[in-house]
Amino acid sequence: MNKRFVFYMLGRILVIEAVLMLLPFVVGLIYSEASTWWFLLVSSATFVVGLGLMLLFKKSDKTLFAREGFAVVALSWIVMSLFGALPFYLSGTIHSFTDAFFETVSGFTTTGASILPNIEALDRCMLFWRSFTHWIGGMGILVFMMAIMPSESGRNVHIMRAEMPGPVVGKVAPRVRETAKILYLVYIVMTVVMVLFLWAGDMDLFESLVHTFGTAGTGGFSTRADSIGGYSAYSQWVITVFMLLFGVNFNLYCLILIKRIKAAVKSTELWCYIGIVAASVIAVTINIATTMANVYGNFSDVVRHSAFQVASIITTSGFSTVDFNLWPEFSKMILVVLMFIGGCAGSTAGGLKVSRVMMMFKGIYRDLRRMIHPRSVSSVRFEGKTLEKATLHSVNGYVVVYMIVFFAIMLVISLEPFGLETAFTATAACFNNVGPGLGEVGPAGSFAGFSNLSTWILSFAMLLGRLEIFPVLLTFSPLTWAKK
Amino acid sequence: MKIILVGCGTIGATIISSLVSEGHDIVAIDSDADFLNSITNVYDVMGLCGNGADSDVLEEAGADTADLFVAVTGSDELNMLSCFLARKMGAKYTIARVRSPEYNDKSLGFMKDNLELSMCINPELLTARELYKILKFPSAVKIETFSRGNLEMIEIRLKSDSTLDGMSLMEMRKTHKAKVLVCYVRRDDEVFIPDGNFRLKSGDWVGITAAPGELQKLFKSLGVYQKQAKNVMLLGGSRTAHYLADMLLESGGSVKIIERNPEICERLSEALPKAVILNGDGAEQELLLEEGLRSLDAFVSLTNTDEANILLSIFASGQSVPKVIAKVNREELVRMAENMGLDSVVSPKAMVGDVIVSYARALENSKGSNVETLYKIADGKAEALEFNVRADSKVIGVPLKELQIKKGILIAGIIRNRKTVIPVGDDMILAGDSVVIVAADQGLRDLDGILR
Repeated sequence: MNKRFVFYMLGRILVIEAVLMLLPFVVGLIYSEASTWWFLLVSSATFVVGLGLMLLFKKSDKTLFAREGFAVVALSWIVMSLFGALPFYLSGTIHSFTDAFFETVSGFTTTGASILPNIEALDRCMLFWRSFTHWIGGMGILVFMMAIMPSESGRNVHIMRAEMPGPVVGKVAPRVRETAKILYLVYIVMTVVMVLFLWAGDMDLFESLVHTFGTAGTGGFSTRADSIGGYSAYSQWVITVFMLLFGVNFNLYCLILIKRIKAAVKSTELWCYIGIVAASVIAVTINIATTMANVYGNFSDVVRHSAFQVASIITTSGFSTVDFNLWPEFSKMILVVLMFIGGCAGSTAGGLKVSRVMMMFKGIYRDLRRMIHPRSVSSVRFEGKTLEKATLHSVNGYVVVYMIVFFAIMLVISLEPFGLETAFTATAACFNNVGPGLGEVGPAGSFAGFSNLSTWILSFAMLLGRLEIFPVLLTFSPLTWAKK
Repeated sequence: MKIILVGCGTIGATIISSLVSEGHDIVAIDSDADFLNSITNVYDVMGLCGNGADSDVLEEAGADTADLFVAVTGSDELNMLSCFLARKMGAKYTIARVRSPEYNDKSLGFMKDNLELSMCINPELLTARELYKILKFPSAVKIETFSRGNLEMIEIRLKSDSTLDGMSLMEMRKTHKAKVLVCYVRRDDEVFIPDGNFRLKSGDWVGITAAPGELQKLFKSLGVYQKQAKNVMLLGGSRTAHYLADMLLESGGSVKIIERNPEICERLSEALPKAVILNGDGAEQELLLEEGLRSLDAFVSLTNTDEANILLSIFASGQSVPKVIAKVNREELVRMAENMGLDSVVSPKAMVGDVIVSYARALENSKGSNVETLYKIADGKAEALEFNVRADSKVIGVPLKELQIKKGILIAGIIRNRKTVIPVGDDMILAGDSVVIVAADQGLRDLDGILR
């Protein structure tokens, strides 16, 4: 294990975070809020620590293997969240550090689960930072670092693999740095377009920015306690569409960029994603229209609310326009299933990812067929290519580890006096980076009622979910740090 | 530059490693996912699993926008086909590895023209040429030629009893009165670009350029001169041995080839009627001694196993064969072989890598750099670069001793009207010359870059 280089990279990340923290500082200055000076203070401190680490470990061997890649990514996210939580804690916006850490992890991992009961009371600079963490975490800060800084090591594909979600991480350009640049270019352009759309509606620039950050990172922090519910139908539709767009594999946008639209349209994952969304919207619409006709006035409202909630949950954003906690059980169950499926691989969404679920089902289908024709030889095909056995194995392995970790976390959370529905959906919402769950932690509730232990565990669950379990698990495994 | 490379075997990997460090964008294609993984894990390149002659795969790799397309799979036909397709799709330049002797005769030119190949490389032929150069001048452990053969740089190793041990370069020039220029000294893992006060040590690897005839003078004066090797034994009947034997026989030498496989022996004896082909195991010391190992001028071991080559060469050295050369492909083993006392080691893999890198550099000429050719020397730790001197260069017309040249850079030779000048302080560089520069730091792109 090349510890020196890991620490050096942590230093770099902190320096970048320090620079990014100046943005909320500027926002605070514009609205002349006193708490904004904390950002300047924390930013300077972060900068000093980061620079210190960089200088201290400057002379290190720059070789990077898979294990260093895992460690750099997992530790970066933890350290980043620790420093990112300081402005909330020091300014007194959030009174306990545990809660401040939870809120920041929830931001960076684009979960959007909040322990704040009264969001409207927050200073604007705090709101901005809270949502900006979504934007940073969405595409990944290490990918961002690769895009803007010359690489130190030729092997940073390991870092990219550890940070980008999905079973197989493909490059769109020959070099990691170019790939990172293209991904961020697409990300930034889509963000700007969305801000303009929202600004044109009933949101002011600040609200447009905050909600765009939440949508782009598929996070879900809003400026209001009732999330998007109070905004116009136009804004709700814009957010619905963009949530779905940010849940698509970014490689497809890159393909369109280099004018290979045909290849992008052929993606089976994309069509499966669209199919799941469409089917869910229809099912939820019918369910609500038949059972809750008296609550929502006309049919178009029903369609809008169903589409918004389905899009919000499958992309693991966690915005809401209504309290879906009050919906009939069937609709709630659909939403819970969508939490686990999540968006496409290579998007900013969380969950298991559509492609992984597809591969799993294809593998199961092949196994079933083999039971009927024991001698049949068949390969599993995906996206027009034969799936390698190793990929299929790793998908199955991932799902198993995912379930084990999920139930282990849920076991701890069930110590809370809230009942099974809350324990289950709170875990699912954090682990899949969705945000709100059902019961106590529904869209109208918050995570404020949890004990310190549960709050730490859930923060950890969010990190596990965002980085797809292995980087975090391996970083805390003695195997990684052993001398051999 | 955007470069697509098909075939990620040992040669492919070497080429990728050099090209990546030059900063090119590389897409690697191979049908074996495991090979690709091992490449993409180590180098910053895009991997594509598939057949290099499949137009879909080529399209995905972006062959239409590629500046250079290189095919180095194990199959000549696949290489030619994929180069041809890539060229038709719009790749600007194509290089194919073509190594079968059938293709490497007169038909090569016809094939190259009609398949629109920019270059064919044949690692075995390159290796054989390199070996032949060394056998012609056995005092050297390595010979590089620059500027279409006008300038040669030879590498020698100072033996432990060398009279040059402890001598400074200035003293050497005085005592031996030969007009030679020491371009670099490799000692352990370090490379020095020496000045007049540099003191040599036994065990050093020394790179020297000289005007024709001057080297013989130096070696005779040192008492280490060896005549051209005439009586040569080759171990292993590979393609390399075939090419090399051809060259040696042509120049009037006598060649013995030992090969284990009777069928290959049969084929070789048909193709090389003048050579003595022996069917036997080269690892049998009896056989080697019986066939006159001790009376040989040179022994070259060319089997497919690096380890066997090293061990048998050490054995031959022990039997006081004047010149022993081993073919060693794996980089780690090259170093080990040198430490075990083998001076001359050739590595076909590295040679092919060099050829392609210098080709890529030459292509970049039009894009601002004016490097004509580039050679990796001193075990890859230094570079020799050939520049065409443009009329607007800042180095023109100034005596060399007055030029403020950066540390670690040396002007090894000036070629003017096909005549080589081994430069001294009063010489000047003129427009239209070719200049060969030796640099310890890599990445020199322009002749003016040598100035402080």
